[in-house]
Amino acid sequence: MNNVLQIVWLIPFLPLLGFLINGLGRKQLSKTLAGVIGSGVILGSFIISLWVFFNVKSGNTHVAHYFNFIDVASLKIGFDFQIDQLSSIFLLIITGVGFLIHVYSTAYMHDEEGKDFAKYFAYLNLFVFSMLLLVMGANYVIMFIGWEGVGLCSYLLIGFWFKNTNYNNAAKKAFVMNRIGDLGFLLAIFWLITKLGTADYHTAFANISKLSTTDIVGITLLLFVGATGKSAQIPLYTWLPDAMAGPTPVSALIHAATMVTAGIYMIARSNIFYSADAAEITRTIISIIGLATALLAASIALKQNDIKKVLAYSTVSQLGFMFLALGCGNYTAAVFHVMTHAFFKALLFLGSGSVIHAMGGEQDITKMGGLKKYMRITQFTFLMGCLAIAGCPPFSGFFSKDAILLSAFEHNKVLWILAVFAAMMTTYYMFRLYFLTFNGKFRGTHDQEHHLHESPLTMTVPLMILALLAVIGGFVGVPHLLGGHNEIATFLQPVIPIHESANPVSSGTEYGLMIGTTVAMFIAGLFAYLQNRNFVAKENTGLGKVLENKWYVDELYEAIIVKPIESLASFFNNVMEKKGIDGFVNGVGKAVNYGSRQVRLLQSGHVGSYVLLMVIGILILFIVQLFLK
Amino acid sequence: MEIKYYIGLAVALFCIGIIGVLTRRNAIIIFMCIEVMLNAVNLLLVAFSKMHAVEAIGKSNPSVVSDAQVFVFFIMVVAAAEVAVGLAIIVMMYRNVHSVDVNFLNRLKN
Repeated sequence: MNNVLQIVWLIPFLPLLGFLINGLGRKQLSKTLAGVIGSGVILGSFIISLWVFFNVKSGNTHVAHYFNFIDVASLKIGFDFQIDQLSSIFLLIITGVGFLIHVYSTAYMHDEEGKDFAKYFAYLNLFVFSMLLLVMGANYVIMFIGWEGVGLCSYLLIGFWFKNTNYNNAAKKAFVMNRIGDLGFLLAIFWLITKLGTADYHTAFANISKLSTTDIVGITLLLFVGATGKSAQIPLYTWLPDAMAGPTPVSALIHAATMVTAGIYMIARSNIFYSADAAEITRTIISIIGLATALLAASIALKQNDIKKVLAYSTVSQLGFMFLALGCGNYTAAVFHVMTHAFFKALLFLGSGSVIHAMGGEQDITKMGGLKKYMRITQFTFLMGCLAIAGCPPFSGFFSKDAILLSAFEHNKVLWILAVFAAMMTTYYMFRLYFLTFNGKFRGTHDQEHHLHESPLTMTVPLMILALLAVIGGFVGVPHLLGGHNEIATFLQPVIPIHESANPVSSGTEYGLMIGTTVAMFIAGLFAYLQNRNFVAKENTGLGKVLENKWYVDELYEAIIVKPIESLASFFNNVMEKKGIDGFVNGVGKAVNYGSRQVRLLQSGHVGSYVLLMVIGILILFIVQLFLK
Repeated sequence: MEIKYYIGLAVALFCIGIIGVLTRRNAIIIFMCIEVMLNAVNLLLVAFSKMHAVEAIGKSNPSVVSDAQVFVFFIMVVAAAEVAVGLAIIVMMYRNVHSVDVNFLNRLKN
């Protein structure tokens, strides 16, 4: 069992190899081969991750040190991998869900040209490599390498169909907003290294007593700023809905299951910092921002008509829930929700991809309807996903969402009420999406109707596997109340100490909360059914219009941030660059030109003037010699 | 007489010589002005030699008495040689362009 630790480096290396092969050989490889290589390396990583997981489960955690990445004076930052409970769970999620999405992509992207197809798989593999580096790093610097890498791949993949300018703008927006968060992350790393001399998790967490209160608050806040950028919280969330410009499997992998959960991973990993008494204010900020994001995104999703945009806002909202859990101190619940969310959100995205594929590229749900009878498997798995995200027992979403709501209740009743409201909105918009897509009469064109078909096996099998996981995935976290052992919490305990709430509630209250929220979900679902059974398209007015236009946040950012920066940039360009610097440099040239024209006149060819100049020269020499020395 | 009068005369002669070289058009006149410059220098040398001789005899250092005066002879020799060569050039020039006007020599212009 122990020799798996010798090959943990293969876990990120295999996808890197896949990237190199597919990337460099993209013009030569056939589509089948590119797909097989791309998916095969992820399968290899998954198998090794499974082995690692079982190893870790029997208690074998390990830090694998490879070489000193940075070795300057007293600062040694090694290229180390940390194999422990938290990273092994994330490894399984990334490689497992990643593999399913790779297989799905071979069918979804098969209309692309050979070299674009291979390029796609190269980018996807590079992304998985970076994400694995992120979760496997044993210090913040390696995590940052992976962090930047996933940001880059997100840009590359969102702008995959680069011939469309709107997609390019969406990719740029994602990258720039990520970078703003990265600045916070970098500052936190610098602060940590200044104060403790190390960025290593192990050493830093052990030496937490050396940090003053300001240090802890500063570092945790800055790390959280990094997380807001990557995990799309207020105010850096607007890139995620625009990122739906990328291919649907990309949205499933990057913007649902893995990249956006990097922020939660970072905070869960740093839970020692966040649990410190000094970090009280940061936790409050995190829970408030998480809750606000959950509410805001859920409200916007209520009125969106693009199937992928609804899911995108749903992701932002669910991430808000996870941050709410982190802010209330229940890191395990957040990680649990990451896992279940990966299952059902990837399922929902892939299902929507299947629908889009069948509709020949149409993404507007007002033009769909009644797809139930054409796409049985897609419809059924999508329904499983909707039930999971709504938190219907005994699906996975129920257990994870309930854990979050419970810790919110224990922390602050107001937070709990708003969180339940957000959860009800979640149920409503998901079922609105489901009913508008699959029930009722078909509202599209005749050509689209003829084209409707169930997707091929390579697309439906991942859907089925993910649906199964979405259904049973919650059983690793059944709370004690319902007779379970909460295995996930005990598993993660060495990394994340079990959350002991400051004011625990009695089991009666806990039952009451559970039943109460489930009933609320049913009511919301029923409401969604009744409202959207017979859909009639009509204009949105008042609040509906505001929601449809995303609370005009993009326009607000445009006015407050983008326009001033653009005018500043054009000022710099026109005044300083063109007139100032160019003027100066050209001016030097002009001056030299003028001077040389004047000096040329000395060469008149007139011998007499040469003699005069000679005399003048001698005179000057005399003066210098006699008077100036 | 005081040395300053000799210096003044020599300087005046030298300046007259220079201005003559710069402004006159006739090559032979230019040569004459060059001779004037050389003679001004000779005058200065002789004057200084006499000035130092007065002091040197007082300090019983007879070797420096007539150094500069001997040097004057060298200058005169050089002047003579230079005039010979220069007049030869002027004769060649006259044979080619039939004029002794130096402004004619602006062939360097093109």
